[in-house]
Amino acid sequence: MKQSKLAGHLLSALTLFIAFAMFFPILWMFMTSFKTEAAAISFPPKFFFAPTLENWQIAIFDSPFLRYLRNTVSITFFSTVLALLLGIPTAYAMAFYPTKRTNSSMLWIMSTRMLPPAGVIVPIYILFLQLGLLNKQMGLVILYAAMNFPLVVWMLRSFMLELPYEVIEAARLDGATLWQELRQVIIPLLIPGIAATSLLALIFTWNEFFLAVNLTSSLDAAPLSVYISTFKAAQGNLFIAKMSAAATAAVIPVLVAGWVAQKQLVSGLTMGAIK
Amino acid sequence: MASSSMTTNATQKRSKLELRKYLSSPGLLFLIIVTQVPFVVAIYFSFTNWNLLRPNSKGFLGLGSMWRNYARILTNSTFYTVLWNTVVLTISVVVITFIFGLAFALLLNRPFPGRALARTLLISPFLMMPVAAAVLWKNILLDPASGLLSYYLQFFGVSRFYALEAFPMPSIIAILSWQWIPFVMLILLAGLQSLPESTIEAARIDGATGPTMFRFIVLPHLQRFIELALLLETIFILSEFGIIFVTTTGGPGIQTTNLPYQIFLEAFSRWNVGRASAYGIFAVILANIIIVLFLRVLNNNNQAEVPA
Repeated sequence: MKQSKLAGHLLSALTLFIAFAMFFPILWMFMTSFKTEAAAISFPPKFFFAPTLENWQIAIFDSPFLRYLRNTVSITFFSTVLALLLGIPTAYAMAFYPTKRTNSSMLWIMSTRMLPPAGVIVPIYILFLQLGLLNKQMGLVILYAAMNFPLVVWMLRSFMLELPYEVIEAARLDGATLWQELRQVIIPLLIPGIAATSLLALIFTWNEFFLAVNLTSSLDAAPLSVYISTFKAAQGNLFIAKMSAAATAAVIPVLVAGWVAQKQLVSGLTMGAIK
Repeated sequence: MASSSMTTNATQKRSKLELRKYLSSPGLLFLIIVTQVPFVVAIYFSFTNWNLLRPNSKGFLGLGSMWRNYARILTNSTFYTVLWNTVVLTISVVVITFIFGLAFALLLNRPFPGRALARTLLISPFLMMPVAAAVLWKNILLDPASGLLSYYLQFFGVSRFYALEAFPMPSIIAILSWQWIPFVMLILLAGLQSLPESTIEAARIDGATGPTMFRFIVLPHLQRFIELALLLETIFILSEFGIIFVTTTGGPGIQTTNLPYQIFLEAFSRWNVGRASAYGIFAVILANIIIVLFLRVLNNNNQAEVPA
């Protein structure tokens, strides 16, 4: 008995150690962002140092960072809103007015999320070129809305199926119009589900790179992921700390969103296939 | 379900309600336009010799030679190298993340103080923007002059070790695995937590212990979670682009060029619309094989599952 208790403690310690080791690269980036450039490239690496905020000042405020951040925020916001506007009615119809084809439609919707973007990047590029959507936020908003539409439909449909049906039926018997039913009954009950879905959409949209780098390049449209990727080439040895500051700032919103939405993360990652 | 307890005077109302099934139309139409139309256009482009650098070359190849782009791809060794790279990358990452993801999920599936913290720390690599992760690994952790790995390896007599140059493909596999272990872990953990306590108790009473329990109770229960996690992961790793773009740009040579990166090169550095589209069709076919498997697993589950 005593032995198994010791084994239990050792397992717990091992788990915490592994968790810390997996997180360490992110922590190291965070620490590096507070070093001076000299300390950031010092050999041996410095674990203890006098922190400075200078890198953050330069990387965030004396750089185009905020312009890209603004692009990411507005692209993320509008694409999520568009996905919700199109997705909520679809989820509603699929949940409450199923037909013979509903099941296969749902599977088809999910399959579109899994298509390789590389397979259609050329026609999208050419179509965007002709429609004037190249290098425009609107272009990415449309694509990301389509990318998040399956997530919205699958998640919100499963949330809708869990709503107390008597409440919805009562509203219908009282002669509520569709708009009243959605506005006064379903949406209020669905707020937690919509919030969780939006957080997951935020994670995918914020981190997307392939479409972004091929369809946008300018300061007016390109999101943060495109900006961060420009750090791939070492720009002299005096940029590690500032790069760390910019990268840390770029990943923090998604880390926080993911931590907050931990409970829904699994169903979101599997489009609600696993609850 | 929808019309289960309608009152009799509501036939008219019902037919009006029935119209609500069309509420899905705008969304579905949008999805068709954005995801299917480009695919149809890609098929057409793949039968042209269009190159953006030669504006006149915009034409259909003609019935006789319409398969030229495909033939050129299939008769060139580049395609097979790229395909091999894609398969090696994907399978390696899936196997590694499965082993570690399962191990970590088992470790996390027992109550202990600090468990929530461990879980939070463990999922973080997956949440990280992939290009930021790539920049972090390339410039901070793996840098030969100032990186942590290089520093620790000098105690073993290796100086200025640059993993991305010495072992480009394994390095990319390592970075991707670091990002995707949490994904597999999360799904398998959800699977473990959905195993009813009573099943474990019953097996224990029947005398099952550690390895037997795992082999005959836990693993069969986990099977569908494992299938869904690994197939979903496969689909996304097949499309991996950002980490290669940042760390190796597909090199040296084409040693780390996978299918998406090859398409990117054909399209946006050679501007060869025709051939890039043909490559794209191969990527779609490859993905569809996995998607079909995934949907089959999913559908079987839905039918096997008794709704609670």
